[in-house]
Amino acid sequence: MVTVTTPLKAESRDLNFIYNGGHRALKGINMPLYEKKITALIGPSGCGKSTFLRCFNRMHDLYPGNKYEGQIVMHPDNTNVLGAGVDPIEVRMRISMVFQKPNPFPKSIYENVAYGLRVRGERNKRIIDDKVEEALKGAAIWDEVKDRLHDLAFNLSGGQQQRLCIARALATDPEIMLFDEPTSALDPIATANIEELMTELRDRLTILVVTHNMQQAARISDYTAYMYLGEMMEYGDTDRIFTNPTRKETEDYITGKFG
Amino acid sequence: MEIQISDRLAKKFRRNLIERGIEFLLLLAAMSAVFTTIAIVCILLYESYTFFEHVSLRDFLTDTQWTPLFADAHYGIMPLVSGTVTTAAIALAFAIPVGTIGAIYLSEFASHRVRETVKPILELLEGVPTIVFGYFALLLVTPLLQKLIPGLPTFNMLGPGIVIGIMVIPYIASVSEDAMRAVPMSMREGSYAMGATRFQTAIRVVTPAAISGIIAAYILAISRAVGETMVVAIAAGQQPNLTFNPMDSAATITAYIVQVAMGDLPHGSIGYQSIFAAGLVLMLMTLFFNLLGHFTRKKFREAY
Ligand SMILES: Nc1ncnc2c1ncn2[C@@H]1O[C@H](COP(=O)(O)OP(=O)(O)OP(=O)(O)O)[C@@H](O)[C@H]1O
Ligand SMILES: [Mg+2]
Repeated sequence: MVTVTTPLKAESRDLNFIYNGGHRALKGINMPLYEKKITALIGPSGCGKSTFLRCFNRMHDLYPGNKYEGQIVMHPDNTNVLGAGVDPIEVRMRISMVFQKPNPFPKSIYENVAYGLRVRGERNKRIIDDKVEEALKGAAIWDEVKDRLHDLAFNLSGGQQQRLCIARALATDPEIMLFDEPTSALDPIATANIEELMTELRDRLTILVVTHNMQQAARISDYTAYMYLGEMMEYGDTDRIFTNPTRKETEDYITGKFG
Repeated sequence: MEIQISDRLAKKFRRNLIERGIEFLLLLAAMSAVFTTIAIVCILLYESYTFFEHVSLRDFLTDTQWTPLFADAHYGIMPLVSGTVTTAAIALAFAIPVGTIGAIYLSEFASHRVRETVKPILELLEGVPTIVFGYFALLLVTPLLQKLIPGLPTFNMLGPGIVIGIMVIPYIASVSEDAMRAVPMSMREGSYAMGATRFQTAIRVVTPAAISGIIAAYILAISRAVGETMVVAIAAGQQPNLTFNPMDSAATITAYIVQVAMGDLPHGSIGYQSIFAAGLVLMLMTLFFNLLGHFTRKKFREAY
């Protein structure tokens, strides 16, 4: 029997993160991110899930005084995302992000999706048109908005706005997409849409998703990491984590005994 | 049991009474502003009416001279309007770019310390009496301009225009900066996460998100520039002149009003009445800009 090894897309090595003010929010995190797989981060509120996620696209650089230690290495080129000489903008060109609350820009639907391309200096209208359409189709929102591409994005419903934000993130062909509780502000139907969308996106890119919803993690992810107080307690195949966790803490959290 | 209930009812009654009282006081305060405005409009209309009994509206709007104090009196408002529009336009051409760039810098680029130092200074600048700016225009700015532009007369519209511009920059900068600060951080994060630079984020996301506040700042600035009195009265020459040339001397509506109001024209003469007609025109101009601002803001209204 041949074992197929899934290639690594990225991994964190001994990652520490210290917030301005000295709070050590991440402690020695090692975690792989397999290519074209969905990895879910679970854990109680305040354990550092968002902090960890936001290290990948260097969002913490926006606020002064934050400090990273350790590495996040991207494959196959072995770039250390946190390296001193690495431009965070370069990193964000490869790793895009979808936030907890939909945050469209005060622009039309079209311009929201075109934003990443424009920022990258794309001027050709034909190319932008094509990319916008492709991204909106990829985010399963094209049929709903194709007749009003030039309406303000704020006029969409919350679930549509979130799919628009996914389209926006998709339009630039990222290698990795980060999701921070992408459905926590949405109703069950919109949530189901986004979940389905994420499983479809798995064919194209690598996904890291933070979620508070155990069922969601179990439904959509291939791998699950359980974090607690800034540490990675357990990592493994989602099936195994949910059926046969090795650590007592993980089991307690999953079964709802605490958290 | 019964005593308790009626006791509570009494309390509720008292609470309601206090609430009503407070509401009434607030209403009174709000109405006082409305009443004052209505009173001003009524007086303007009434006094202008007397004026227009002697001067036809047609002359008022088409005559190219404004000489109410001469023996050969002409009552064409256009020279005052042109002076007002020209000085205000110079001021805004200068203040809107500088003020907006200043606001973008303060809100999106400056460190916390710089911002906390500059903002109070701006607010201080807003409080400088305008007469100081008037002499600043006459004694400093115009002589400097005369070195650059030979033949520029001592009294001109360019100098005062620029100085009014300097005067309104703090308004534009601080009001726009407030509007930009109010843009939620999540929107900036969305832009940075797409790989945008700080500059791209400031121009393409934060500015459009704050546009209604920024327009409010512009409207405030326009009203200030159009209504500014002392600077022009001192430095522009007090000569009604139908011209849009910044090098010419001129008078504005407000400058004319102080000039007449402080002179010794008999109450009730047409010359005296003319200041109310001029005031009415000024009010209509400001009203026009405010309405314009109101509708542009509506058009750009954003919801987060
Ligand atoms: N800007 C900040 N400055 C200082 N400490 C912070 C900051 N943001 C978060 N923290 C702290 O870092 C720890 C991890 O926070 P983080 O937001 O990553 O948690 P989380 O797991 O995403 O929680 P939640 O599920 O509630 O979103 C918390 O103790 C939090 O208080
Ligand atoms: Mg979080």
